[in-house]
Amino acid sequence: MNSRMSRVVGALAILLLAAAPLYLAPFTLTLLNFIGVYALVALGLVLLTGIAGIISFGQAAFMGIGAYATAWLTTRMGLSPWLGLPFALVVTGLGAMVLGAATLQLRGHFLALSTIAWGLAIYFTFGNVEGLGNFNGIRDIPPLSIGGWQLLGSDQIYYVIWIFLLGAMLLSRNLLDSRTGRAMRVLKGGNLLTESLGINAFAVRLATFVIAALFTAVAGWLYAHMNRFISPTPFDATMGIEFLMMAMVGGSGYLLGAVVGAAFITLLKNSVQDYLPLIAPNAAGQLEIVVFSALFILFLQYAREGIVPYVAGWLPEGKPKRPAESEPLPPRDKPATGEPLLSVDKATRRFGGLVAVNEVSFDLRAGEILGLIGPNGAGKSTMFNLLTGAMPVSGGRITFAGRDVTRQPQRAIARAGVARTFQHVKLRPRMTLLDNVLLGAYTRTKSGFVTGALRLDREEERRARSEAMRQLERVGLGDRPYELAGNLPLGTQRVLEIARALAADPVLLVLDEPAAGLRSREKQALGELLHNLRKEGLTILIVEHDMEFVMNLVDRIVVMEFGSKLCEGEPAAIRADERVQEAYLGGSA
Amino acid sequence: MTAQIAAILTIDGVATGAIYVLIALGFVLIFSVTRIIFVPFGDIAAFTALTLAALETGQVPGTVGLTVALAILASAMEVVSLLRSGQRDRIPRRLLFYLVLPLVPAALVWASGSIILPMPLRIVLSLALILPIAPLLDRIVYRPIADASVLLLLTVSVALHFALVGLGLLFFGPEGVRTKSLTDYTMILGGIPISGQTLLIVIAAIVFAALLFVFFGFTLSGKALHATAVNRTGARLMGVRPEKSGTIAFLLGSLLAGVSGVLIAPVNTIFYDSGFLIGLKAFVGAIMGGMVSFPLTAIGALCVGILESFAAFYSSAFKEVIVFAILIPVLVARSYTAVHSEEETEE
Amino acid sequence: MSLLALSDIAVAYGKAEAVRGVSLSVEPGQIVTVIGPNGAGKTSLLTAAIGLLPSSGTITFDGQDVSRLETEQRVERGLCLVPERRELFADMSVRDNLVLGAYTRRRETAKIKSDIDDIYDRFPRLKERHKQHAGTLSGGERQMLALGRALMARPRLLMLDEPSLGLAPLIIREIFRIIASLRDLGVSILLVEQNARAALETADFGYVMETGEIVHDGTAGDLIDDPRLIASYLGGQHA
Repeated sequence: MNSRMSRVVGALAILLLAAAPLYLAPFTLTLLNFIGVYALVALGLVLLTGIAGIISFGQAAFMGIGAYATAWLTTRMGLSPWLGLPFALVVTGLGAMVLGAATLQLRGHFLALSTIAWGLAIYFTFGNVEGLGNFNGIRDIPPLSIGGWQLLGSDQIYYVIWIFLLGAMLLSRNLLDSRTGRAMRVLKGGNLLTESLGINAFAVRLATFVIAALFTAVAGWLYAHMNRFISPTPFDATMGIEFLMMAMVGGSGYLLGAVVGAAFITLLKNSVQDYLPLIAPNAAGQLEIVVFSALFILFLQYAREGIVPYVAGWLPEGKPKRPAESEPLPPRDKPATGEPLLSVDKATRRFGGLVAVNEVSFDLRAGEILGLIGPNGAGKSTMFNLLTGAMPVSGGRITFAGRDVTRQPQRAIARAGVARTFQHVKLRPRMTLLDNVLLGAYTRTKSGFVTGALRLDREEERRARSEAMRQLERVGLGDRPYELAGNLPLGTQRVLEIARALAADPVLLVLDEPAAGLRSREKQALGELLHNLRKEGLTILIVEHDMEFVMNLVDRIVVMEFGSKLCEGEPAAIRADERVQEAYLGGSA
Repeated sequence: MTAQIAAILTIDGVATGAIYVLIALGFVLIFSVTRIIFVPFGDIAAFTALTLAALETGQVPGTVGLTVALAILASAMEVVSLLRSGQRDRIPRRLLFYLVLPLVPAALVWASGSIILPMPLRIVLSLALILPIAPLLDRIVYRPIADASVLLLLTVSVALHFALVGLGLLFFGPEGVRTKSLTDYTMILGGIPISGQTLLIVIAAIVFAALLFVFFGFTLSGKALHATAVNRTGARLMGVRPEKSGTIAFLLGSLLAGVSGVLIAPVNTIFYDSGFLIGLKAFVGAIMGGMVSFPLTAIGALCVGILESFAAFYSSAFKEVIVFAILIPVLVARSYTAVHSEEETEE
Repeated sequence: MSLLALSDIAVAYGKAEAVRGVSLSVEPGQIVTVIGPNGAGKTSLLTAAIGLLPSSGTITFDGQDVSRLETEQRVERGLCLVPERRELFADMSVRDNLVLGAYTRRRETAKIKSDIDDIYDRFPRLKERHKQHAGTLSGGERQMLALGRALMARPRLLMLDEPSLGLAPLIIREIFRIIASLRDLGVSILLVEQNARAALETADFGYVMETGEIVHDGTAGDLIDDPRLIASYLGGQHA
């Protein structure tokens, strides 16, 4: 779908929504109101689950906090519902921050399990606090009012709900298209990749968690003033899974998925309630949850992606415009050619009793290309991880650009100007080539969540895009910036990783076995690219297994074997060295 | 609080904790072999109690209908998948396993009609009725997505739990049940009465923990199961079928859950949906053991029982809040001690 | 008749082809080696042969087409793989690892006991450490355990993936001495190695793989003196 067409469709949809009270029955409008409220929660889950990869069963509890906060403020304190909104946001936001800070270090299923735990704990709290009406809840919550006009009917609050929903979607869309949005999307690629780009993975996870909770708080606030009565029941574990179901059924990777999922589940539930009594007159209520859960399980088994991507697959693809040329991002300060840049002094790494890297020392000067080679299992990759901070050293010292970086975390080393590629390519397959390269420019740009969501980052974004385009062109991929990275063959993916690293304007480029698994033609192309970079005076450390590949490229070679440095010297000398031949062909049996 | 109250609370807590131990051991057993966090495990325990209660009053328990439905579904799926892969000759054996065997106890109950059997027979029959449920669910729900991430399996488990609660209401009805006491014996220890029921629960927990220990430590099937848990690929290279290991794990786990259901039925009133909270609390214990260690799991589950008992004394309203809230510091503490493998969420 | 015949095997990871149209065979009693640099597709080839990776082409074992069988069924027929990562049961004892090796023969309880003693005779180091957890062994001991565990199944064809990987020279020599001695047990071997010289000195026949394809083959004696082989490894003019 091209951008003009999508704009027309969007405008039509908004018009239809705006005119809905004119042509829909009040009951249908009430359904739409529920859809809107639930879609807000599901939208938070899209960001949390689909984008950042954090599964939460506890969103219903956050919705409850928002709803109870405003209900308490308006009924017990007698304040205006409009004050209830900031209050609900603050209370929920703080709650999310505390819970997130405590639990977001957890991985995978442990994190998901903790959301069940705090979800239940919060639910039981609602039911047992005297001031919140125990399990009876709070009734007579005032409706929203505008200038003395109370929004009592379903057609009146309808506008408030959908304006909030559309606003939240707009902010989310902007956010995802910004620097921090890309950081959120990279989280699913794992901590190693995220931190290697200079991104603080934990901070981004926490921020995403809080944003999702805030959307949910708005939903809770709307729910409280729409229903005008709340009790703990709608905020229990069942509802928590239902929200997750909405996001996943709609398509948890897509903002529109939240609305589609909320609509689908709400309408399905409604029709199940209509038809089940016809099939099983005595057991309709029981069957409802069974049918629902069974459908959800079937869905998870056969169509994990959701409705939106399925439908989108049928639509013609749009061709976005190439990013315009813009002035470049400010370059980093780089040391003059020949100055010492990296110094590794007796670096050692032990795994239990095994010494993977044993007192290895070498130096690298600015403008130099150094090859680190050795047969499989020689400790090259471990050495690599030590240099980039992906793994702490057990002993020894590493100095980069005059700074001791021995125990620095990976992201600090990345921010200092070390950009890397991975032996097993780590790209975001569902992101475009351009977005993947933009990730590399993360450390050179500044805009945060708020500037991103409000589109105050456009100037910086233009420069970053132009920079990313330049890097794509530099490696020969400038003709297809909007292709998905996952569609590229392996050799091209490696080249794309190099473009991403180049976008960081690195002081030192570190390549981890860039030729592994490439076919000979791909290897040749990669070789040419690296030769060009060499001509441009880039400082490169290349870890490689394939000796032929490195020989013509590098100035100097360090050979490792069994975790220790075997020898060091110029390529020709290394090639002639008998010890090296022995190491590569293997000793005689 | 006097020492006597503390002692009573502790004994009470140990009894509850021992129930959680049985279920938690089952959780860990199933998770370590199959990577499935089997959330509906508490439901299995509750269903056992409901089955036993129905047999006591001479009714046909809802389990019969449930098992028959699941067995037919599982067999149909198995036959279709065998036909598709062209392995016609394996159909009879699989049908024996997925259709005939599960239906034997159901047929027995059906045949016995309204005759009220003696208590030991009732217990054995309840367990026999319950045992096939989890392996059948494994075949129907989890086998098609055996390669999925732990997270997806967990999401499916949570959905499955809700389906089972609905089915529970459908097959067992909304009434709560309490079965007859297994024993009337009471022991006085240091002036504090300890009921025979409590003793039975604790003894059962110890016996089954010991049986698990023997099974894993000394039998080849136990070792094969353990091998599947620690290294699936390695196990397959030895000819161990992970699906078979999974079925054994589900059977053993169901036995543990079933026994805990039999033991809890005379003490607490059990409803069709009582399983969730029992299961989740056992789960808190299992997580304390990191979902891998049996001894730590047992200790964790006992702690949960004792904590619950004391929490109920101080503030009965907040006992659930306290039990679930304690999980968060436990998880955080674990996250700093456990070694995580990178890239769990990779697409 | 060949014991194992791979014909036109291809393995792909998504769009990336790791193995393309590879055919090779192992005769009964032979040691056959596949050598080649890192990333040539050797490991993918073995993983496909045991059925852990889907592949196209035909795999015949002992005259029967096993291409569609599950890994476990191939193991039951006497095809065994010692993978590059060894895949030991790290938190189980050395003895338990060996016992599990005989899982496919689990009914022959008495024979299993005597077989374990045979393995201990062959690898005295394992006997010394029989109660120790496999995860605490050194690299060489792990490789011995992996070999011993595979032998417990009494395989007809043993596939070894990089048995010398990450081991010190002295231990490599020991491992290859053991591999050569397995011939006397009547076990045929398909050996994948980067340590080309050691592999060729042990094997009867060799194949050289590069970027997913077999580029040379020949008797081990011919290959070992072939200058093209040295070029393949160290990078020469021909490429």
